[in-house]
Amino acid sequence: MKKLVCIVCPNSCELEITQNENGISVSGNKCKRGITFATDEMTAPKRTISSVVKTAFDAVPVLPVRVSAEIPKERIFDVMNEINHVTVKKRLKRGDVVIKNVLSLGVDVIATSGVLSELPEEEKQAKKPRAKKAAQAKKAAPAGKAKK
Amino acid sequence: MKTLYDVVIIGAGPAGLAAAVRCDEKGKSVLLVEREARLGGILKQCIHDGFGLIRFSEKLSGPEYAERYIDMLKETKCDVTTLTFVTDIEKKDELFTLTLVSREGVFTVQSKTLILATGCRERTAKQVNIHGTRPAGVFTAGTAQNLTNLLGQLPTKKCVILGSGDIGLIMARRLTLEGAKVLGVYEAKSTPSGLTRNIHQCLHDYNIPLYLSHTVTRVFGEDRLTGVEISKVDEKMRPIKGTESFVECDGLILSVGLIPENELAERLSVEIDPKTKGPVCDQSLMTSVPGVFSCGNALHVNDLVDYVSESAVTAADGACAYEGVAEKLAAVAPDENIAYIVPQKIDLSKDMKEVCFYFRSRDVLDKCKLTFAANGKTIKEKKYPFLRPPEMERLVLDLSEAGLKASDKLTVTLEGEKK
Repeated sequence: MKKLVCIVCPNSCELEITQNENGISVSGNKCKRGITFATDEMTAPKRTISSVVKTAFDAVPVLPVRVSAEIPKERIFDVMNEINHVTVKKRLKRGDVVIKNVLSLGVDVIATSGVLSELPEEEKQAKKPRAKKAAQAKKAAPAGKAKK
Repeated sequence: MKTLYDVVIIGAGPAGLAAAVRCDEKGKSVLLVEREARLGGILKQCIHDGFGLIRFSEKLSGPEYAERYIDMLKETKCDVTTLTFVTDIEKKDELFTLTLVSREGVFTVQSKTLILATGCRERTAKQVNIHGTRPAGVFTAGTAQNLTNLLGQLPTKKCVILGSGDIGLIMARRLTLEGAKVLGVYEAKSTPSGLTRNIHQCLHDYNIPLYLSHTVTRVFGEDRLTGVEISKVDEKMRPIKGTESFVECDGLILSVGLIPENELAERLSVEIDPKTKGPVCDQSLMTSVPGVFSCGNALHVNDLVDYVSESAVTAADGACAYEGVAEKLAAVAPDENIAYIVPQKIDLSKDMKEVCFYFRSRDVLDKCKLTFAANGKTIKEKKYPFLRPPEMERLVLDLSEAGLKASDKLTVTLEGEKK
């Protein structure tokens, strides 16, 4: 027998799982989602993850994202690695896809905030022109002075 | 913007947003005041999922939950002012006069009712008496969350978390996902403070150890934190001499409790419950000052945002129905096994058909029985297989047939087996 805590909802049901030749039987669950959770957990545990991706916008340096559906638990850090290599340059809306079918897991990484689409006009400019300006300024200034 | 409103709501987090939408539905003129540039309150930085299971039957992230309400708000006639501070409130002749400061300058508005949806704030390092120097690298969990999730800055590479509150657990997972090493979560109490499912999905999933009955007794470092001293504590949470050990780290994240923010309520001389640290309210969530309502985390610290929104609707309904009627109050009297219960009073002149109680047990209890009684007569009995302090319980009662009279006591007793 194995004990698990169901993480599907805040009830945090304490599940007791017995494995026999007909599969597994679950007790302690208040709803049927507990059985699905226990079955997954015993065979192929799944999790959702949330993180942020870089953006090209000064006012909003990062955009929150999550996976559109659960992913295998052992692939969490692989998906994080993909998320860490993205820079959003468009004014995405909430729910827009950031990474389509990430690592062919059949799951998208989606934006969970519409903050970029809500940016006021003057702040919508991407970082690039400013970066150029900064580079030009650097060139113009004598090297020794810039360090000061 | 008008000069007189039916309702002014202070704070545009989940509570203020839900209250504004509800008051507009009921045809009231509303001003929603927010001090930050963006609406949504703390949910903006709570990018993890698990919000809205009750309210929307979906697992949403914090920003998604907040933006659903912001979308609803856009459909209303509510006035909204951001980057605006309330510097003063005065009640005179049944009207509230608020002094506001925004980029436009200082101005005043008047309202018939007020809803305080000011949320809560974190207990800081200064409030938990940690000795030592004051180097950089000591953050509250909320600050670490703000840096990581809104500014995209990783605040630590190798850290210790003090306190097992939910935000601390969420941040343990979050920092681990971002490549930081979380050495352990240390909790002075003998039981965890956060939700059980967060212990599992945030700590166990990532092999982060949880040390109960341990605390941080000293911090080291000049410019930046270099390490902390950990001690075991006794049952009264006093450090035990000789159990000290040194842990090298560059970050100390504090998740040591939340306190409702009620400076504005106090300015109005609203009575505060020492147990909840929020206002004493009746079932419509009206405070001791007629016309002032409280909801969300300003009322008491909730563990689910769904209940924050629910209490906001209750307060909004109360504000919309408010007519300045005379109160006939019965007190709610919980016993010592109950950490707190809201509402603390029942106004017999208001609707009593669906009184929604929120409560927490003081200790972890098994095989519990909760009893509501008045004048020696049992009104309601409910059994719970177990109750844990981190998990708030909610119970709706019909008290219209309970025969309560003014100055009666509605006693609430909780029996159970202590672990």
